[in-house]
Amino acid sequence: MSGAVRRALLEGSEAIVEAAVGAGCRFFAGYPMTPFTELLEHFSRRLPEVGGVCMNAESELEAVGMAWGAVAAGARAATGSTGQGLSLMEEALSEITLAELPLVTFLMARGQQDYHQATRGLGHGDTRHVVLAPVDVHEAVAHTRSAFEIADAWRHPVMIYGDYLLAHTRESVTLPTEPAVVPDRPWAVDGTLGGTGRSRLISPLGFAKAGQHSPGIEAHQRAIAAKQERIAAAEARADVGACDDAETIVVAYGTPARFVRAAVAELRRGGHRIGWFRPVTLWPFPGDALADAAGRARRVLCFELSAGQLVDDVRLAVLGAAPVVPIGGISTDSSGFGVGRLLDTEVVATRILAAHRDEPLPPLPDSGGLP
Amino acid sequence: MTGTSPPADVRRIGVAVPELLLTGAHHMCPGCGEPLAVRGFLEAIQALGVARRTIAVAGIGCYTSFSMTTDVDLVQALHGRAPSVATGIKRVRPDALVYTLQGDGDMVNEGLQEVLHTAARGERITCILLNNGVFGETGGHMTATTVPGQRTKNTLEGRDPTVHGHPILIGDLIARLDGAAYVARGSVHTPGAVARTTRMFRRAFETQLSGSGFSFVEVVTMCPTGWFVPTLDGPTYLHDTLGAVHVMGELKVDGRVRSTEELRAENARAEADAARRLAAGGLDEVP
Amino acid sequence: MSTPRGTVTIDVEACKGCALCVPACPPQVLSMSPDRNRAGYHYPVLADGCTGCAACQLICPDFVFEVYRAARPAGVR
Repeated sequence: MSGAVRRALLEGSEAIVEAAVGAGCRFFAGYPMTPFTELLEHFSRRLPEVGGVCMNAESELEAVGMAWGAVAAGARAATGSTGQGLSLMEEALSEITLAELPLVTFLMARGQQDYHQATRGLGHGDTRHVVLAPVDVHEAVAHTRSAFEIADAWRHPVMIYGDYLLAHTRESVTLPTEPAVVPDRPWAVDGTLGGTGRSRLISPLGFAKAGQHSPGIEAHQRAIAAKQERIAAAEARADVGACDDAETIVVAYGTPARFVRAAVAELRRGGHRIGWFRPVTLWPFPGDALADAAGRARRVLCFELSAGQLVDDVRLAVLGAAPVVPIGGISTDSSGFGVGRLLDTEVVATRILAAHRDEPLPPLPDSGGLP
Repeated sequence: MTGTSPPADVRRIGVAVPELLLTGAHHMCPGCGEPLAVRGFLEAIQALGVARRTIAVAGIGCYTSFSMTTDVDLVQALHGRAPSVATGIKRVRPDALVYTLQGDGDMVNEGLQEVLHTAARGERITCILLNNGVFGETGGHMTATTVPGQRTKNTLEGRDPTVHGHPILIGDLIARLDGAAYVARGSVHTPGAVARTTRMFRRAFETQLSGSGFSFVEVVTMCPTGWFVPTLDGPTYLHDTLGAVHVMGELKVDGRVRSTEELRAENARAEADAARRLAAGGLDEVP
Repeated sequence: MSTPRGTVTIDVEACKGCALCVPACPPQVLSMSPDRNRAGYHYPVLADGCTGCAACQLICPDFVFEVYRAARPAGVR
């Protein structure tokens, strides 16, 4: 360790935990589930070393509740799970959003079938979380720190959309060593104002203590909606490559975008005018940037490991300016936890080239049944 | 303020509105028992001198309206989820007195696993249950603590265990968990019971502050609206129906679980003693 | 008439008329008024004979009663 950075060869889960601890995260609660489990393991080892707390919660319901309390009490805190586990947490995640609590959530998804879940509000009500989708471990480290900062800046939950590959791949990463700046949280409950007539209330309902201004439910929900519009205008981020002269643009996010990037580079070397577009934030979706890129292209391809979820946002952004062609599909290994044979640079390149030539797509590769 | 004015040569022995309420006004129905329990735990906090280190977590029920008027830092939680939220708070702020306020629908129906896990974990918080055997806020529906024979909107002929199952005696269940250090079941159907319940709150909070484990106070409260009885019949209905199943008393003290027979005998003595003292001029009187 | 041992004040407008205080009062000096407060509820009124025992305050869900006791002569317990 020297200077302002530290280089290390780390598994994605461990790198994320190191980044979270470096960002001042001092509380984590989770329930084991593949491929989220290692995140919990590393937090349970690391947080006590820095005076923090990691709770091995009895279920995802308890995990999100504990994280809710820890954030309300003023800690930088996080929870997480897979998409399945987040389904159990959704009720609380909606209320945490309405209570304006800066919680960070790690969705270590089993694939890319949780895009709608992550970007369509995570539960009931008019709520959205900021969703960052790192392409590799290096970016996951940066995103983890950003997540805590964005959450604090807006008093709004932020999610990291990771997956099996991100969690389990070892990469050489650079960890920031400059200390995190955790802002004051005068709204947090610390118990010191009891009996003063100025005690605090953290409520998803927009209610205030008697004698203080209470916006009421409607005005409170409208204020949250307006804040989400401001977040949408300020936080959308995209990573764009080789799109200036591209006839075909391939949209992909998260670790599969890494395979798309490699496939496009290979096809470029073959003289094909193809570019790639990667939403870095899934919500807010960088629709303006995509519309700008798509305006000069003849077709937009969408590669994702699902039956078609990201493609909804792509179509909304492109708005008919170019045909949108889904070239991904469901792809999982026999365990259901990992990625299937679709995630292969050669397979991806073949599908991109077919769509680029307006030819029919080859059939999806069969990942095999149970061993 | 009417009725009478205090003469000059008297001492005030109790304020009307508990000092830790920002206002005494509330939306509870006439004859509701919940405000009596609220007074009890707020006075216990006041008596222990810990108001400025207290953090509350409230569930969802009629009592939620006290979230706006209780003058301590408070986090409004979801239906059923207060114990885990309180756990997160306590682990971040271990020096705070942390309590939850939940009803039987909230705690024993929706959030049963939360309170059991929190108790088993020995979490150093105090969970308070207001148990009236009905979903009062939705208008009097059966909960997991509704006693056999009790009429509710969805058990119109009374809860029939062969059809609707049996009530959960949550206090008894929690008392059996090793992480629970102090478990008590109070009631608010008589002035003496209210005073005893307030003492239970105090012991529960003292248990928490001493760091010896999880503490729990269940309070059986009147809900004449949800029971479909006149307000004046509320205390008797409580005593004869809910009180006969959810028996009042300190269920676990210093790690020892006490038998229901022991509690019943103690209750008869305590009630007679309180009545004698009140007749003599106050609970602090020795007749 | 002897010196009253105690008395209460009654916040009539806060009362919701449940009348739990009436049977709870050991000397039986509370009764419900025929009149109604602004919200339309009957409310308790106090007759002579209050001992200041605070039973009404303990059982009142609407925080209506403030309780006072006569100061005792010094040296008497």
